[in-house]
Amino acid sequence: MDCNLAVCQTNPTLGNLSANLEMHVAAVDAARDSGAQIALFCELSLTGYFLKDQTAELALTVDTPFFAPLLERSHGISIAFGFAERARDGRLYNSVAFVEDGRVLHVHRKVHLVSYGMFDEGRDFGAGAGFTAFKSRFGHFGILICEDFWHLPGPYLYFLQGVDAMLVPSASPARGVSELDRDESGAARLRSGTVWQRLLEARALLTQTYIVHANRVGWEDGIGFGGQSSAVDPFGRELGRLPPIESGRLAVRLDTGATRRARVQTPLRRDEKVWLLREELARLEREGLVS
Amino acid sequence: MSASAADGGLPELDIQPELTCALLVDFLREEVGQAGFSRALLGLSGGIDSAVSAALAARAFGAANVLAVNMPYRTSHPDSAAHAGLVADRLGLPVRAVDISAMADGYIETAGIAAGTSTAGASADTYAVRRGNVFARCRMIVLYDLSVEWRGLVVGTSNKTEMLLGYSTQWGDAAHALNPLGDLYKHQVYQLARYLEIPAELIDKAPSADLFEGQTDEQELGFTYAAADRILVRMVDERYGEDELVAEGFERELVRRIARKVVLSQYKRLPPVIAKLGQRSINHDFRYLRDWGI
Repeated sequence: MDCNLAVCQTNPTLGNLSANLEMHVAAVDAARDSGAQIALFCELSLTGYFLKDQTAELALTVDTPFFAPLLERSHGISIAFGFAERARDGRLYNSVAFVEDGRVLHVHRKVHLVSYGMFDEGRDFGAGAGFTAFKSRFGHFGILICEDFWHLPGPYLYFLQGVDAMLVPSASPARGVSELDRDESGAARLRSGTVWQRLLEARALLTQTYIVHANRVGWEDGIGFGGQSSAVDPFGRELGRLPPIESGRLAVRLDTGATRRARVQTPLRRDEKVWLLREELARLEREGLVS
Repeated sequence: MSASAADGGLPELDIQPELTCALLVDFLREEVGQAGFSRALLGLSGGIDSAVSAALAARAFGAANVLAVNMPYRTSHPDSAAHAGLVADRLGLPVRAVDISAMADGYIETAGIAAGTSTAGASADTYAVRRGNVFARCRMIVLYDLSVEWRGLVVGTSNKTEMLLGYSTQWGDAAHALNPLGDLYKHQVYQLARYLEIPAELIDKAPSADLFEGQTDEQELGFTYAAADRILVRMVDERYGEDELVAEGFERELVRRIARKVVLSQYKRLPPVIAKLGQRSINHDFRYLRDWGI
C-alpha cells in the first residue's frame, strides 16, 4: 500500500545511549506530526558509529526495556533504527530494528561488515547471515545496512522477494572535495555523495524498487559523515535529497502505482532466470572458482 | 620559484573551496563543542597556513571567540608581524602579542647554542635547528598557557604537505588540539586562502617558517611545494609506486627523497610508543575515540 516515509538525518552522540534515545523520540514525534507512517534512521543511530571497544559496552538485546519509548510510539508510526545488538549467544551485531505496533517486527544484522581503510567493523561485530524481507502494515520491505548495499546479493535477494522498498541506513563518511566532483550544474558536491547517488539510481533501475537511504551527519574524531540522505523511485529517479552537513528530514511518498508501472513497462523480475544463477553457481563451485 | 607561481596548474589537486570551507567550519564547531568549549586560539604567524586556520575558526566560533596570538622573536622578519596584523584586522580577531625573545634567549644561553657560539664539534647548522625548535616550542608553551586563560582549544595550522614531509617541530608547531588543515596539501591551502579572501601580501610571498633570517621553506626543503604536492597526492592518496611515479614523468631521485622524508618523519605523526605489558594497553588495544563519552 502507499505510505509516507520520513528519513531522519541525524547526528548521534558517540556512546550516549540516553541522549540518542531522546533524539530518536523527538525526531519520531516530529515525523509523525508531519504525517509520516515510517521513520527511518541511520546505521548505529542509537550509539554512534566508531564504537571500537564501546561496542560490547553499549550492546543491547532485542528484548531490552530500553526500547520502550520507541515501542510505545510505534503504534502511531513504524520506526527503523540502528543499534549494537548482543545476541543470546553473546555475539555482537551491527543491527537495525524495525518496530511496529508495540513490538520488534524485524531485525536485520549487517552481513557485509567493512574492514578496510578507515573501517574496522570485522573486529567488533559478527556478520549477519541473510537478507530476509518482512511484511509491515505498510508493505514488504528489506533492510540493507551501508556496505550490504554495495554488494550485489542483498539487493538481488530482495528483488527476488519482491519487496516494495529497500531501506538503507548508513554511516557513510564524507569524502572527496575535488573540483572534479562538482555536479553538472556547478553546485558543490562530495564525491561520496555522488557515488552513493549513482549506486542508488542503478540499484533502483535494476530492481524496480523504491530505495531509501538514511545517512547521518556530524563528526567523530575528525571523520565527518556526509548526509545527503535520499530516495529514488522504481524508475531510478531521485525523489529528493538532504544536504551534506545539516540534520534534517526528507519526506518520501512510496507509491505502489509507480512500482506497478515500472514493472509492467520492463518486466525484469518476470524474466529473471534464477535457475541459471543456481546452475552457474554450482558449476563455478565445481570448478573451484567460488566456495 | 615562488610558491604562488609554482602552485598554479595542479588541476588534480583542485578542491571545491566552498564545500571544503563548509565542512571544516562544521568540523571545528562540532569537535571543539564536543570537548565542552566554544572558543579557540592559534598562533598567527603572518603566513598563509595560520591565516587560513584563523579565517576558518572565525567562521566557526565568531571572530570575538578566536584569539590570535602573535609571537615574534627578536630576529623575526618585520613582515611577519605586519601580515599577521593585517589578517587579524581583516577578520576582526582579538590579538595578543607575546614576544618570545626573553624566554627563548634564556634557554638558548643556558644551553649554549646562541648564534655565533663556538660549536665545539657540532655543526653550526645543528645549533640553528635547535634554536628553531626552541622557538617553535616556546610558542607552544605560550599558546597552551593562554588556552587556560582564554578557555579555548588550540587550533593547529599544519598542512598535509609539511606534516607528511616532517617539516615541523614535534611538540612545537605540531602540538595542537585539532587541525582543520591536516588533510589539505599546500596548493589546496592556497585555494582556500583565495576563497577566504586572505590578503594578497600573504598569498604572494614565499612561504617561510621564519626561524632564521632569509629562510624560505622551499629553499630549505630543496624542492617546491608544487612538486611535493604532485608527488605526495599520488604516493599517499592514490598509492602510486615509485616506478609508476617515474612513468608519470617525476624524477626518480626526487620521488625517493620525498618518500624517505615521509617514512623518517612517521614518528612525528604518532603518539609515543608504549611497551605492551598488560592485558589492555593504551594505544594498542584500549580502543576509544577522543570523542568517547564527552
